[in-house]
Amino acid sequence: MTDSPQVKHHGSDMFAGYPVDTANTAGDQAVTNYTINFGPQHPAAHGVLRMVMELDGEIIERVDPHVGLLHRGTEKLIEYKTYLQALPYFDRLDYCSPLGMEHSYVLAIEKLLDLEVPDRAQYLRTMFAELTRICNHMLNIGSHVMDVGAMTPNLWVFELREDCLNFFERASGARMHSAWFRPGGVHQDVPEKLLVDIGEWCETRLPKLFGDAMSLVIDNRIFKQRNVDIATVSKEDALAWGFSGPMIRGSGIPWDIRKAQPYDAYAKMDFDIPVGTRGDCYDRFMVRVQEVYQSQRIILQCINAMPRGPVASLDRKVVPPKRGEMKQSMESLIHHFKLYTEGFHVPAGEVYVATESPKGEFGVYLVSDGTNKPYRCKIRPTAFSHLQAMDMMSKGHMLADTTAIIGAIDVVFGECDR
Amino acid sequence: MASPAPLIAAREGVGPALQKLLGEDLIEHIFAVGEDSITVRREAVAGVMVMLRDELDYQQLMEIAGVDYPERAERFEVVYHLLSVTKNHRLRVRVSTDETTPVPSIVPVWPVAGWLEREVFDMYGVLFAGNPDLRRILTDYGFQGHPQRKDFPLTGYTELRYSEEDKRVVYEPVKLAQDFRNFDFLSPWEGADYVLPGDEKAGGTGEAPGKGAPSPMTAQQVKVADDKAAKKAPAPTPKTTEKPEQTGAGAKANVKAAKTSRDGAKAPTAAKAKTPATKKAEKAPAKPKAPAKPRKPKTGGDA
Repeated sequence: MTDSPQVKHHGSDMFAGYPVDTANTAGDQAVTNYTINFGPQHPAAHGVLRMVMELDGEIIERVDPHVGLLHRGTEKLIEYKTYLQALPYFDRLDYCSPLGMEHSYVLAIEKLLDLEVPDRAQYLRTMFAELTRICNHMLNIGSHVMDVGAMTPNLWVFELREDCLNFFERASGARMHSAWFRPGGVHQDVPEKLLVDIGEWCETRLPKLFGDAMSLVIDNRIFKQRNVDIATVSKEDALAWGFSGPMIRGSGIPWDIRKAQPYDAYAKMDFDIPVGTRGDCYDRFMVRVQEVYQSQRIILQCINAMPRGPVASLDRKVVPPKRGEMKQSMESLIHHFKLYTEGFHVPAGEVYVATESPKGEFGVYLVSDGTNKPYRCKIRPTAFSHLQAMDMMSKGHMLADTTAIIGAIDVVFGECDR
Repeated sequence: MASPAPLIAAREGVGPALQKLLGEDLIEHIFAVGEDSITVRREAVAGVMVMLRDELDYQQLMEIAGVDYPERAERFEVVYHLLSVTKNHRLRVRVSTDETTPVPSIVPVWPVAGWLEREVFDMYGVLFAGNPDLRRILTDYGFQGHPQRKDFPLTGYTELRYSEEDKRVVYEPVKLAQDFRNFDFLSPWEGADYVLPGDEKAGGTGEAPGKGAPSPMTAQQVKVADDKAAKKAPAPTPKTTEKPEQTGAGAKANVKAAKTSRDGAKAPTAAKAKTPATKKAEKAPAKPKAPAKPRKPKTGGDA
């Protein structure tokens, strides 16, 4: 953890007013504060986070997180791509919940186009967004637990994450970077068997394995010692620091965009919003645990209520025709060619569309000038504001609590640094 | 609204309330694509934010985005996105500025603005007066320039690699093996006001841009153009065949002609007239080739 602890001498004002016999303390150093470097290569930093920490003994005085080590210029790249070509960049933002990232983007485009999306596509997107949430929480819960010292639950919940990834692969062909949500719907329909398998998985394997893993943790004495009353955030602070997602709910504010500003099929879903009571790391953890069960409910409702029909808008000026159709009809061939080269034009205007990604409010501010490429695409990452509050949250805590705090933030640097 | 985007109900009477609250500081209020956005005076933005937070219940600042419009006098827009969790409403507040004029910082109103302003500064070079920690945030240590500006190239100016000789990472000017290919898809049949490469000869239609593509030439026009081309341009060196050498005939052609063809028959044009060159060729006759297997004569067309 410590690259090389630099010893800083702040001694002068601490001993002001006291007669200090410098002659007799030769060889001793008046060590008051350490400045240490946490990361950027640190297993508990969840990526490339560098934190310059000022410590008084083991108590954290000040934290200065340095982000941007994974900055890839996504927003700049998007300005040079057509709307469809820019979509796969979103998978690569938060690579732990790729479909959640795509969701905001496709909704933003659809809002500017005022494009209708068929019911089946809305249900599929809702269902896979929730599957993504489970997938994301499995990673976060597992690594949070491991950061504070428990090994076994992580291995168990990674089994579940593997199942989720297999479902993604069966739907889209890719385990992680699916590029499956498209403006106007989804890319391909899912096989019937996949829905059956997801349903069975939600009813049997998920609750059993996840319940077992969590039974090891949630009442565990050591786990509680490491998390309860660590980094307590009040409601006022949570609002002022721009918290969202499990972070704001952990502080006791029942704010969930899926409920407050429903998109896709969420308005038809029945689910609850878990909230914390104390606003500490343990509450944030427990909010995520409960969200997994709520996601499971939503997925089952989606499977039961999913209608048949097209999975993408039939507007041929936005959604390319299927390949088989393209081989048969000249009109389809032209549309196919034009949509995959020039792409569609989006009317001039601007929107800010935010969805409830697994980590919080993930927003896309899209400015269009009427051409086939976005004029500006600002991505609102969830981790940016949470990480900024790191200084506020960890002040006065011990150095070892940092890992618990970062674990409870649920930070992924692909998204934070863009 | 047909699209399944997050449903945000319009807030009753937000327009008059904003007008009443902000007065002269409010420049413009637009309601478009289901979203409220206001433009305010740059100098007043800090005070406006306090009023929006305390009077109109926009408790959260979610995002600060910069946008670059190089053709404007004040080229940068700084766009704040506010959220009210009690009124369930979003509001966009924008101010404009240029490279040198600072925008008042709103860190005292929302501490989250600290990093968000740093990012706009890093990406666009917009200054924020009063931000206590206006350092770069996303770019490299020691980075120069503001990459999100429209005049900043996509590839940047420097690239870095690990140098085996120096045993460290070195920075070098960008060298591209291939130019960045930026296709212009704004199709000409929708009325481009420029000449496409290769279309210079067409010389334009003389119509205003946006009138659509030029119609194809009529037959009469083609004839006139052909006549004109024929009249004005004689070929630079006319090709004539006045001497035998100019016909392409000669020693080589004779040798070739003397060869037996595949079916064994001699070419009918065996040169009788002997030039010196052909004599030479006859002295060293071409090696007799093994007679090719006579082909089976084809029977009755393609079966």
